Amino acid sequence: MSKKNLIVVGNGMVGHHFLEQFVESEAAAAFNVVVFGEEPLLAYDRVHLSEYFTGSTHADLAMGTAQWYADKNIDLHLDEQVSEIDRDNQQVITPKGSYPYDELVLATGSFPFVPPIEGNNGPDCLVYRTLDDLDQIRASAEGGKVGVVVGGGLLGLEAANALKSLGLEAHVVEFAPRLMPVQLDADGGGLLRRKIEELGVQVHTEKATTAIVEGDECRLRMNFSDDTHLETDLIVFSAGIRPQDALARSSGLDIGERGGIVINNQCTTSDPHIHAIGECALWDGRIFGLVAPGYTMARTLSGALNGDSEAAFTGADMSTKLKLLGVDVGSIGDAHGQTPGARNIQFNDGANGVYRRMVISEDGKKLLGAILVGDNGPYDTLLQYALNGIELPANPEALILPESEGGAPALGPDALPDTASICSCHNVTKGDICGVIDAGCCDLGSVKGETKASTGCGGCAALLKNVVDCELEKRGVEVSKDICEHFPYSRQELFHLVKVNGIRTFHQLIHDHGKGHGCDICKPAVGSILATVWNEHILATDHVALQDTNDTFMANMQKNGTYSIVPRVPGGEITPDKLIVLGEVAKEYDLYTKITGGQRIDLFGATLSQLPEIWEKLIAAGFETGHAYGKSLRTVKSCVGSTWCRYGVQDSVGMAILLEDRYKGLRSPHKLKMAVSGCTRECAEAQSKDIGVIATDKGWNLYVCGNGGMRPRHADLFATDLSDEELIRAIDRVLMFYVRTADRLQRTSVWLENLEGGLDYLKKVVLEDNLGIGEELDAHMQTVIDTYQCEWKTAVEDPEKRKRFREFVNDERKDPVQQWTQERGQRRPVIETA
Amino acid sequence: MSNKTQWQSVCSVDDLIAESGIAVWTADGPVAIFYLPNRIPCLFAIGHTDPFSGSNVLARGITGDLKGQPVVASPLYKQHFNLETGVCLEDDAVQVPTYPVLLDGNNVVLEVPVKSQVKEIA
Ligand SMILES: Cc1cc2nc3c(=O)[nH]c(=O)nc-3n(C[C@H](O)[C@H](O)[C@H](O)COP(=O)(O)OP(=O)(O)OC[C@H]3O[C@@H](n4cnc5c(N)ncnc54)[C@H](O)[C@@H]3O)c2cc1C
Ligand code: HEM
Ligand code: SF4
Ligand code: SF4
Repeated sequence: MSKKNLIVVGNGMVGHHFLEQFVESEAAAAFNVVVFGEEPLLAYDRVHLSEYFTGSTHADLAMGTAQWYADKNIDLHLDEQVSEIDRDNQQVITPKGSYPYDELVLATGSFPFVPPIEGNNGPDCLVYRTLDDLDQIRASAEGGKVGVVVGGGLLGLEAANALKSLGLEAHVVEFAPRLMPVQLDADGGGLLRRKIEELGVQVHTEKATTAIVEGDECRLRMNFSDDTHLETDLIVFSAGIRPQDALARSSGLDIGERGGIVINNQCTTSDPHIHAIGECALWDGRIFGLVAPGYTMARTLSGALNGDSEAAFTGADMSTKLKLLGVDVGSIGDAHGQTPGARNIQFNDGANGVYRRMVISEDGKKLLGAILVGDNGPYDTLLQYALNGIELPANPEALILPESEGGAPALGPDALPDTASICSCHNVTKGDICGVIDAGCCDLGSVKGETKASTGCGGCAALLKNVVDCELEKRGVEVSKDICEHFPYSRQELFHLVKVNGIRTFHQLIHDHGKGHGCDICKPAVGSILATVWNEHILATDHVALQDTNDTFMANMQKNGTYSIVPRVPGGEITPDKLIVLGEVAKEYDLYTKITGGQRIDLFGATLSQLPEIWEKLIAAGFETGHAYGKSLRTVKSCVGSTWCRYGVQDSVGMAILLEDRYKGLRSPHKLKMAVSGCTRECAEAQSKDIGVIATDKGWNLYVCGNGGMRPRHADLFATDLSDEELIRAIDRVLMFYVRTADRLQRTSVWLENLEGGLDYLKKVVLEDNLGIGEELDAHMQTVIDTYQCEWKTAVEDPEKRKRFREFVNDERKDPVQQWTQERGQRRPVIETA
Repeated sequence: MSNKTQWQSVCSVDDLIAESGIAVWTADGPVAIFYLPNRIPCLFAIGHTDPFSGSNVLARGITGDLKGQPVVASPLYKQHFNLETGVCLEDDAVQVPTYPVLLDGNNVVLEVPVKSQVKEIA
């Protein structure tokens, strides 16, 4: 029997994926396969197109090889556009000839939409779709200074990044009032804009271009409807895509009102022998502009051509998770909350540039959608809740709160149903993974090899590892808890090794107990273990290279690479002379000045080389470091107390200063805050602090383990009417017991809630000494207090340590990338130009 | 741009900090130099500008190795950069420039491109 002919029009991502599926199937034996591609190059990975600008070649991006096509007997015609379908005679026509088909697959993708603007067809007006487009952009960028992208969607931002990498000053012009209007809401879009502008891409929203004319300073000038304009050397249009349906149109197939070749669930068009897949296809009135749905269509069609009656395309999840210009962006399901009755939960941390929003069902049980900007950490967990309809916990907001603030840990893989899709591209479910583990795979590598899970983009790598670890553990296979690749130990085990073996340097530890050279996971961890155990200066030569930058330079690094300066102002009491010094120093170095909620004054915007000079001046005036960069005591807030206040019964300021001086420098699992009020009116808000003290007419009441911030907790009354000595001993012991027993990054409030026996147990340990460790705790605290040094004083006095604080060791110049502007009479970094 | 390069003396051995980085200004802009005494070779030079934030901070990152590759972690957003190739381990589409670096007696010298116009931002 002679073979039938199957013709594929379009050699793009989806067309290629279809071939991969089809030639391995049984039906392939009955067909000669012929492929036409209009582009001169073999199908390549368009999703990673931008990598062409950072060194990848067509060969790196190619999805297959000419050899593969030859091996599979596929008759490949590149650089040959199909110009017509002759449905009556079942043949396709190209400039080189006509070819008969029995089954025809259209995988013609889409083309970029260029808005009808006067002047849009010049040589420097380009699009971003093919390798050829990118060659043209590269050529046009040569000798240019400025580049504009029209369209602030996913692709537009990617194109803007590409222009930036070509050395152009990049702008994005968007018609809508925000970036990524399809995926993001107003808050998310606003934050994304801020972040992207910080990276040096200028964003112009609500701008409609009316004409493109010759420019004065650049090649082109764009005129906007609001009478403003922008000069640029080249323009990339990224204003959306349109399905490439010209062939189908001219041959009379059903086409959607706004374009797209209409297909049914089997990906067949209105002609039973013609099929369409990928971005050119219109299913249920919808076009799918992502590659994964296209792949699903390809698999479906291959199945249908094999007579699989179950094969059906039933829509696709359009959730996306991306890094745009280095900024995480995620959008899941019904991100805009359009489902009737849907409720919203938002978390907005402007300071850290993190925005999260969950859309949940009216009854609060199901997650319908979500938006993430700034940190995609919760994406995988949220996606699993949404896709699998898993019932939400009673406090769903925990899913988007940071873990340090009481957020829930990621959804355990155990909670996922067997049908949960783990790898969406290769269509691998949790059940498939359990299957191959039961069949003998006992490590991650072999599970990957067997199922192909996570072998594509790798988007599911973390989730896959969790599922595999969890399933292996259930089957009794030991799973590594190693801190990182350099040490086969957990954090806790390293702590014991250091203590028991008297190890004092990282070098010795990795030499004796690890391998390699360390990394940014194990070095700071070991650094903090060494500091807790031996309490040496954090800039001691052996420790320098272990620290995170905030610890190394004893200041918090801000986004533009500058640092903040936070001197201690114990109890919030400050003399006029010291206040003047702060003002003078801030003025001399043009530092932004802010009085904080902790009753002290922060100075922002110091460069690396200014830090020691500034601290030298502050130290000479009697200031000390405020430890704002470390996990240790921040401030002890106080009210004015009996000295001035007519209600006051004790000197709250005096006690606050005593406490702040006593506990400054104590390293703890998390930052500590305290407050002292001079009477029961509680003006210092002591009950929201880790340690709160409120005066009574007989002495002091002590409250412990409160918290303010995002997850407030009222402090618990711990003891009443204490004398000064009793108060201090109680606080000493509570703090030391906390420092010794809490987990890393655990606040006192969470620690107490997790402490077995709770408040009563803590009272017994501290007030009754039922463990018999009272004296030991007292002595340990005394050692910490006796070995206190102002780290900044030590640093500025040591020329070797000061050498670290030079921006450029061979040049006095200031860092050139820091750009400033004025706001309300002070200097601040440039973040928004609107 | 021309392809010419020059060797530029940038600092002395005493300026280096073991297992860590320093920044120097060169004809090609800001460059981070890392001194890893337990490796051969022990000197590495890459661009100082963090491509993810645009800030000049890479010399202030933590160094180490991952799968045998020498790396530095950006102090701002923690991506790792291979000190030999400049490629970002989390996103291999991102790369910082690398420069040949040598010791000439007590001097650290770098090979940097000669640019017709040195980039200056006021
Ligand atoms: C820069 C960029 C980034 C992207 N990023 C992502 C992403 O992060 N995630 C994601 O899911 N998707 C992304 N996409 C979209 C993704 O690339 C597409 O969904 C996918 O390529 C669609 O595949 P396709 O085969 O349908 O179309 P295409 O890959 O466009 O292939 C169609 C091919 O058919 C050819 N053709 C058309 N007409 C004819 C004809 N008459 N005769 C012969 N040949 C013809 C075309 O020249 C083209 O080569 C991105 C796209 C771009 C451009
Ligand atoms: C093995 C299972 C796979 C899983 C679980 C998976 C999962 C994901 C996820 C979650 C994303 C979201 C975006 C992101 O992380 O950047 C994504 C994006 C993407 N995936 Fe996959 N993927 C897999 C395999 C593949 C394969 C085999 C291909 C193609 C050959 C592929 C191509 C893409 C593309 C092009 C994107 C677009 C986003 C980007 O590259 O950043 N994926 N995938
Ligand atoms: S509440 Fe605290 S964390 Fe939030 S912006 Fe104000 S200072 Fe920053
Ligand atoms: S707490 Fe009491 S003493 Fe302190 S300011 Fe308020 S009223 Fe006065």
